[in-house]
Amino acid sequence: MTVPAAPSAPGGRRPAGPRKPETAAPARTGQGRRLPRTLHPVAWWIWALSLATAVSRTTNPLLLGLVLAVLALVVTERRTDAPWAKGFTYYLWLALGVIAIRVVFRCVFATGITPADHIMFSLPHIPTPHWYAGIQLGGPVSLEATLSAAIDGLRLACLLCCIGAANTLANPKRALRVLPGALYELGVAVTVSMSVAPQLVESVQRVARARRLRADRARGMRALRSILIPVLEDALERSLYLAAAMDSRGYGRSGTATRGARRTTAALMLAGMLGLCTGVYGLLDGTTPRALGLPAMLGGALLCCAGLAVGGRRVRRTSYRPDPWRAPEWAVALCGCATAAVLFLTVGYSAADLNPSLYPLRWPSLPWLPAVAVLLAGTAAFTAPPPARTGGPAAAGGPQAGTTTDTPSEALL
Amino acid sequence: MIRFDQVSVCYDGTDRPVLRDVDLTVEEGELCLVVGRTGAGKSTLLGTINGLVPHFTGGTLAGRVTVDGRDTALHPPRELADVVGVVGQDPLAGFVTDTVEEELAYAMEQLAIPPDVMRKRVEETLDLLGLADLRHRALSELSGGQQQRVAIGSVLTAHPRVLVLDEPTSALDPTAAEEVLAAVTRLVHDLGVTVVLAEHRLERVVQYADRVVHLTGDGTVTDALPADAFRTASVAPPVVDLGRLAGWDPLPLSVRDARRAAVPLRKRLEGRPAPPARAGGAAAGPLLSARGVVVRYGDVVAVREVSLDLRAGEVTALMGRNGSGKSSLLWALHGAGPRQAGTVRFTDDGAAPGAAPAERAPAPLRGRPGRLLRGHRAEADVGRRRIGLVPQTPTDLLYLETVGAELAQARRESDGRPGLDPRGLLDRFAPGIPDGVHPRDLSEGQKLSLVLAIQLTSAPSVVLLDEPTRGLDYQAKQQLIRIIDDLAAEGRSVVISTHDVEFVAAGADRVVVMAEGDVVADGPTAGVIVASPSFAPQTAKILAPLPYLTVAQVADALAAAGSAR
Repeated sequence: MTVPAAPSAPGGRRPAGPRKPETAAPARTGQGRRLPRTLHPVAWWIWALSLATAVSRTTNPLLLGLVLAVLALVVTERRTDAPWAKGFTYYLWLALGVIAIRVVFRCVFATGITPADHIMFSLPHIPTPHWYAGIQLGGPVSLEATLSAAIDGLRLACLLCCIGAANTLANPKRALRVLPGALYELGVAVTVSMSVAPQLVESVQRVARARRLRADRARGMRALRSILIPVLEDALERSLYLAAAMDSRGYGRSGTATRGARRTTAALMLAGMLGLCTGVYGLLDGTTPRALGLPAMLGGALLCCAGLAVGGRRVRRTSYRPDPWRAPEWAVALCGCATAAVLFLTVGYSAADLNPSLYPLRWPSLPWLPAVAVLLAGTAAFTAPPPARTGGPAAAGGPQAGTTTDTPSEALL
Repeated sequence: MIRFDQVSVCYDGTDRPVLRDVDLTVEEGELCLVVGRTGAGKSTLLGTINGLVPHFTGGTLAGRVTVDGRDTALHPPRELADVVGVVGQDPLAGFVTDTVEEELAYAMEQLAIPPDVMRKRVEETLDLLGLADLRHRALSELSGGQQQRVAIGSVLTAHPRVLVLDEPTSALDPTAAEEVLAAVTRLVHDLGVTVVLAEHRLERVVQYADRVVHLTGDGTVTDALPADAFRTASVAPPVVDLGRLAGWDPLPLSVRDARRAAVPLRKRLEGRPAPPARAGGAAAGPLLSARGVVVRYGDVVAVREVSLDLRAGEVTALMGRNGSGKSSLLWALHGAGPRQAGTVRFTDDGAAPGAAPAERAPAPLRGRPGRLLRGHRAEADVGRRRIGLVPQTPTDLLYLETVGAELAQARRESDGRPGLDPRGLLDRFAPGIPDGVHPRDLSEGQKLSLVLAIQLTSAPSVVLLDEPTRGLDYQAKQQLIRIIDDLAAEGRSVVISTHDVEFVAAGADRVVVMAEGDVVADGPTAGVIVASPSFAPQTAKILAPLPYLTVAQVADALAAAGSAR
């Protein structure tokens, strides 16, 4: 066994490059133990959704910019080389599009301009008919209105980027796999439809090509029919075949639930969902009474969990190479939650700093506590283990066979 | 292991039972080959083993099927998943997940096998079937043979005692089929898995079988040792046909055994001129001339500057691996598929039946792949009138509810030109199909005949068939050869792309072999295929160095010898 003779570097040596997972492992404890692996997808989703919740509380452009910077850092540091991990750019373009559309609309449909506004320029005014009097087309464009549109757009863009980051960092399919047993069928349906879609496209192309062999030059409905019917027949045959294959491989092997159990599950889930929706609305909309938010959400979540537990009891199934939930998962999920909590509680800083006014027009101040909270979310870039780069998209599995074999010492960072 | 006790199966809406009073026992560790003509009930018999028939398909099953002591009447297919593994014809359509490793684990997840056991079994199965390099690959990227091996592996991980394979190689090229069958025989010999296998191309598997179950066609089943069963079976590979003709006993089932038994036969045939493999007349002048045809899809060159002359009255077989450019060349010749460079033109002498006065556009057409330009469409129309193409999936062309409506539509499509009557053509190819039947209810051979009749309505002088032998049994292939001979005798030029060497030996005058978009061999059938180890038909392998290709040839030679004596 070789022990490095060099003096141990203070201040936390960065783990070895992802291509050499073995070098850091032997004869080292603590920080050296960080094997490259993918983080549990749920941890990334909790982190991203918490950040999105935080974003929805503020219109401070400085904070929003900070959130974008944090997202960019974490995505570049911790995404894998799988195909679905290359999508963050598209989310950024989408976000830019959202901002642009909001600004352009606000300029063209010039509304809410007060006499005190700074007018930047004027668009030609287009007279609208009298029955359409409520809407004004063109006219003066004020700095305040444009800024407010841009900031609104920026907030929406940040929300989009949060979702995009979650999709980039966590394999969407693996995220489906952690669905509770009662929702397993839903996950299967999504997976199957994702693999069937390309087959359907191929089928349409093949039939369209074959159609050229016949002289039928019908257009419109008749042409549609000559393509649609072979494709649908093909798809139907294929789905029957797939159903037979799944049946003979043990799908749906679980015992059947009793009528009573099914009804209980349905009632619990419905009530829970209702509670969750009310709770989310209460939490996100600051004007609703506080009593509506958290209690309704907690109650709804509790009911949902009970429903899933009752529904999942009949399911007997294991999952292959499940993602472990260890300290890094806790760290990532908790730092996300902490950010959301700080921005939600508005303790220790003025609530006005979160939503700075545009009247009078001045540079917004950066409240230090929320800023630190957003930066805290950024630590996910270092608390999460480096991603494994073993090749194909299925490399998402952790190096461990199962969660049950975890030893306590492994739970260290 | 598997017991059938007075089993009868009758589907809803029919009076005639598919299976009648079947008594059958398959012992542990046997490779049991199920043979019979198309529609004789092979798939039904296999389906009853894991309860898909009747739990999934409907119908009524009388009697009792027990597998490893479990009665399929009481256990639906999913409850038998740990005892019986089923693999079908189309592996891609049966996949549930999207990567190799997850697919292998899927059945175990359903059976609630603990994660550590699962991991171990996946690794073992990856090695057993030689899939370790592919473990992270997406299933849709794999070749056909690899996909079928993954499909076998995905049921093997559940450690079933019985493996049921329903024509596992019917969609594969010969190499991929060898790959899959090699894996299957290894399972039988090394692991002692009981395998029940249905297969069309018997020449590949008959030598490995321990027992042959023969479906006679009227619902009854006989089972016997292979050498006994093939004395009377309605379907048989060429090696068995030759053995029957020569009266060998015991009946050889492999080329090796047959070659040893064939020494006296070779002596008898030596020194005699071999009769021609095909009775067809000599080919007339050239009909279609293709020069420098290029087909590319993006960076992939499917056809690389191929030049080809087709002669009237000649049957040409186009052979080569999957993906070697056979289909692309056929579509480019027809004009409906993309063609980036090169010319295809008729060397028009007016003798071709139904020849259109219009000359094909001589200028090389440069268009984007897959895009049909306006000039290209006009060209395709001319092409359609003079060239008929039957695609790989003939049903893509069928979209009406009845055979009668399809035929009427074909008549309408011939634009009032003096074409042939599609009904007459269909009756010639496959007599007795009533007008009211839905095209999807026809057998594979009948569907092929229907599409061929539709495509021949405009009396094309060149007929292209893209893999027509898929899913056809020996009799249906014989019939297809007769149809093709008729077409050639009328002065048409026929091109068939196929993997089936026995079909080529009996049905083609000329063989063109393609590899990576190039033509690597082009010549008379006997010259091209006898010399090749992978393309030689069984008769040629048994009687080498004598130049015999088919059993019919040997029969003719023996008859001539008998009359001369």
